[in-house]
Amino acid sequence: MIIEVSGLKKHFGHVEALRGVDFAVLEGKVLGLLGPNGAGKTTAVRILTTLLVPSGGRATVCGYDVAHHPAAVRRVIGLAGQATAITPDLTGYENLEMAGRLYHLGKVTARRRAHGLLERFDLSDASNRQAKTYSGGMLRRLDLAASLIGRPQVLFLDEPTTGLDPRSRLGMWAIIRELVASGTTLLLCTQYLDEADELANDIVVIDHGLVIASGTSEVLKDRVGGDVVEFSVTDRTRLSAAVDAVAGLSVTVPTVDPEAGRVQVHAGGRGSEVLVEAVRGLDAAGVVTAGLALRRPSLDDVFMSLTGHTAEEAEAAAGVGGAGPGRAGAGGRRSSKRPGGRS
Amino acid sequence: MAVTEVHHGTEVHPGPVTPTLWHRARWVVDDSLVITKRNLLAWWRVPAYIVFTVVQPVMFVLLFRYVFGGAIQVPVPGGYVNYLIPGIIGQTAGFASFSTAIGLTHDIQRGGVDRIKSMPTARSAFLLGRLTADTLRLLLTTLVMVAIGYAVGFSFSGGAGYAVAMVALSTLLGLAVCCVAALIGLAVKDEEAVQAFGLIWIFPLTFVSSAFVPIRSMPSWLQAFARNQPFTQVINALRVLALGPRVEPVVRESLSSATWISLVWLVGAIVVFVPLATRAYKRA
Repeated sequence: MIIEVSGLKKHFGHVEALRGVDFAVLEGKVLGLLGPNGAGKTTAVRILTTLLVPSGGRATVCGYDVAHHPAAVRRVIGLAGQATAITPDLTGYENLEMAGRLYHLGKVTARRRAHGLLERFDLSDASNRQAKTYSGGMLRRLDLAASLIGRPQVLFLDEPTTGLDPRSRLGMWAIIRELVASGTTLLLCTQYLDEADELANDIVVIDHGLVIASGTSEVLKDRVGGDVVEFSVTDRTRLSAAVDAVAGLSVTVPTVDPEAGRVQVHAGGRGSEVLVEAVRGLDAAGVVTAGLALRRPSLDDVFMSLTGHTAEEAEAAAGVGGAGPGRAGAGGRRSSKRPGGRS
Repeated sequence: MAVTEVHHGTEVHPGPVTPTLWHRARWVVDDSLVITKRNLLAWWRVPAYIVFTVVQPVMFVLLFRYVFGGAIQVPVPGGYVNYLIPGIIGQTAGFASFSTAIGLTHDIQRGGVDRIKSMPTARSAFLLGRLTADTLRLLLTTLVMVAIGYAVGFSFSGGAGYAVAMVALSTLLGLAVCCVAALIGLAVKDEEAVQAFGLIWIFPLTFVSSAFVPIRSMPSWLQAFARNQPFTQVINALRVLALGPRVEPVVRESLSSATWISLVWLVGAIVVFVPLATRAYKRA
């Protein structure tokens, strides 16, 4: 285990941010730490990167206890995320060179690695421009590059795509995948379900300072009944007839949203068969549907079935999200923009 | 969990290596210089900051020299301008602390120090680098003010050695005030609050002093504070150094006692506030 966390607790006064969290990350793997704002993700990352001292429990990185040997931990980790550590008035190159010097690389090594990373992250053309002229996507890439200059064994990425436009987001994902392919162990903190789904080997879902589920994204998805056949009923008065027509096909009771007239049939592993049978059944019952589709369950479904509320509602309950402008994620769902508060 | 299980398949750490004292001391110096360079570069690239550093003190000199100066009577050889320049250099040193407090607050508010704190960088470097950069900037401002002073009639009359000592003492004053401001900035952590708070302590200390007017022109209840507060002590010493021992009777200070009292105040402030500010940085 490269990262091992057991019974980790942190309270700020009377607020319990972490209430006994356990998880572990194997070498070369990606762990997605998933949860809404205020769930405790950032607190966990801040403890693992030696920025906070835990109130209880234990956390080790590369075998070093973060509370007892913080200096040893700092030599093997990298921290990146929302580009707040970039000095906007310095150029991209200067930011990287400075980070290299602060890692105690020699002048020559710092320069060489800075140029190498600028090249690798497609920032060579902008290397002599002040970072404040960079786009959001470029800033995140620069931030990630700065965290890699010390060649860390473990990288902590705290919401690396929050606030990015969809195209830059896909670019970040590609870079992160490359990093993982080259053997870096990664702890990825995100509030985006599709991001964890896309990048992580294992996922730990945190809510209100506790781990509420963990496993691969496939395992988590199977917990909500596998594939989903989803359709809307155009004529609402025919909704119950439609539900009756497909009830026998569903592994668990179909999920019905009466307001939207939407029905979800949980198909287990037999997605395409159920789809065909549903079409027949609905046709026989004379129900007109719109948007009949088969899809794999999203992690949103997982969150819903685990907590009884969506990630967005949890965020609103934590009292931090909600007000920001929505952003259409690549997975098609809307998530609130993080307003900058730390969980 | 046994440590031996931890590192399967990866490079094995022989346990936490404790760097030698020599290494750690070198890192404090090296890392502080890297941060100093960062702050000076960032400052140099924003024209507004340069204006703040250079033009504002010049305006103060001209304002007091030509607008208020005529109404202020001082028995100093060479007239008010010779009284003013050491005083205004002391006042400027006090105002330099704003950029320290605001700069630190700004970095912390943005979360900009998180990564540096997660790196093997020396803990004190961020603060020391900021103090070094601000002190060097103040030194530049002081030299600009001396030049402007010469243009409007000021001259050092105590000799080159005294002149250098005056610039050194005013720089030390700036460093000491910046140390206090650093603690305030790191403790308050809010840019606007820091700015407001800075005015509350810097204004009375710099203006209710011997910087611009002789203390005996103030009401007697104010004189006790004005005469004994540290800014007056240091400004008196600056004035004696700038104008030479012949002004000793005017400021009612002897060169040696004024200098010693100043040094005790300033070194004392640095010794007390640097550790406090370092502690506040670690917690911020």
